[in-house]
Amino acid sequence: MTIKDKAAIVGVGATPYFKRGQSYPESELSMACSAILAALDDAGLTIKDLDGFSIYSSSCDPATVGAELGVPEIRWATTTTSGGGGCAGALGVAAAAIDGGMATTVVTLMTLQQLNKRLGGSAVGGMLGYALMSEGGASPYGGGGIPPSAAFTANNGMLSPGHSFAQLTSRHMHLYGTKREHFAEVCISTRDNAIKRPTALRTEPLTLEDYFNARMISDPLCLFDYTMESDGAVAVITTSAERAKDLKQPPVLIMASAHGATGRWGPALFKYFQIPDDEFPSSGHRPVAKRIYEMAGITAADVDVALLYDHFSPMVIMQLEDYGFCPIGEGGPFVGDGNIRYATGSIPVNTHGGNLSEAYIIGMTHVREAVEQIRGTAINQVEGAEVALVTGGPAGSPVSGTLLRKA
Amino acid sequence: MTEFGELKKGVFPTILFETHADASTEPFWEAARRDKLVAPKCTNCGTFRLPPSPFCFNCQTRDVLWTELPGTGTIHSFTVVRHPLHPGLADCCPYVSGTVELDGTQGAGARMLVNIIDVDPDTVRIGDRVEIVFEHVNDEMSTPRFRPISK
Repeated sequence: MTIKDKAAIVGVGATPYFKRGQSYPESELSMACSAILAALDDAGLTIKDLDGFSIYSSSCDPATVGAELGVPEIRWATTTTSGGGGCAGALGVAAAAIDGGMATTVVTLMTLQQLNKRLGGSAVGGMLGYALMSEGGASPYGGGGIPPSAAFTANNGMLSPGHSFAQLTSRHMHLYGTKREHFAEVCISTRDNAIKRPTALRTEPLTLEDYFNARMISDPLCLFDYTMESDGAVAVITTSAERAKDLKQPPVLIMASAHGATGRWGPALFKYFQIPDDEFPSSGHRPVAKRIYEMAGITAADVDVALLYDHFSPMVIMQLEDYGFCPIGEGGPFVGDGNIRYATGSIPVNTHGGNLSEAYIIGMTHVREAVEQIRGTAINQVEGAEVALVTGGPAGSPVSGTLLRKA
Repeated sequence: MTEFGELKKGVFPTILFETHADASTEPFWEAARRDKLVAPKCTNCGTFRLPPSPFCFNCQTRDVLWTELPGTGTIHSFTVVRHPLHPGLADCCPYVSGTVELDGTQGAGARMLVNIIDVDPDTVRIGDRVEIVFEHVNDEMSTPRFRPISK
């Protein structure tokens, strides 16, 4: 028994996307509420129907949102542990809650406003704050203070997520011959998709020359390999597949979903550096990929469009490998051959422009696009799209993946 | 001078001055004060674990034998940080940080994630041989870094 096809996404809502810090005078709470109300409206539902929160990365406080919007009764409130890696997996948790009779109408969302703080940085300020945040924050095993493990990494100069993902990337290049030209292709194809979208924050064309002229941030990553940082909120509503049939939108079935990682993937590189070498230059997604394909009874060949979490361009390549679109180690040439291009590639990737060029709302823009692709309403619509893959992470465990399909 | 002290190109400054050690980690820092690299080795299966921690991931044994390592290793991966995350760090950029596989640890289970100093950021490569060097910051913290093995 699994959650296969038991629940469906029936509503999507979002605020406009803003460059980092430009969403003021909105707040994270006000944007969360706006996105939730818009998603309910999209589904033909109201706040009276909402009874569950399945979130990730502590994206909101259900207690506060419930009070603010006058939710009649909260019956389910969970968040996956760790950070953005849980994004796609929170949809599976929502489906499990609904299938288990614990709730009927569940919201998954992210709301994000970055004024003076930075992701991977710290609102506390100061260099030590940066270093400890990049370790995943104060450990639950450190008595609320600085854990003993922190001293093994705080002074090593690896302060931001980019510094960590650069390590995985360098190793991938070393073992497999992956090149910066391949990362450029991820950035350029993603930008091409963003150009046609009114919601995208970056719409100026990007050329190979632009890419190689950009300043290096943390070798082998240059400016364009990094996601932008954005403000905004996106919410989606999940309910039972049965009830979805009678709602306003064509149901988008949750075909399969999983979150997790091998134990030794652990917190990945942020405070841990012992991932076995066969998994080190990867996205950490392999066990999740295996489970969702098994649950759905399909393979990568059945996926029509892939919305892959793209905080750093090389991690798209590693996810293509880990989800079986190409053999391990061949992701570079695979993208280099044009396989992820919209309209012409074998597996169109990030047709919305991704984190790299549309907006970074910690994975929820990918979920929104997956739903639109399955509804058939996407701006860069993949013709005849029946199955979409959406992922959360690479990040510390858990990472996650979900398959959505047309009813 | 900056808020991070006197900065030198290629050397990331010490920013955490206390080890916050517990029983699992203190022997590492005690040895570091004497310029020795030690790591906990499982008494049951021989697996090393870093950072030092209460349980062996391979066999769940708690007991360890603190073992002195040669202090040499191989660059497993690295990044060259060229853009300072904080403006006060501009003078130490570019610097190299990477994972180093430690000699004497039978491969898996003992890498360190460290600042690698005295290297040319444009020629440093995975596979380069390096050795540990400690900066004795105060009575408690000895910051480990690695540098190319002197010929």
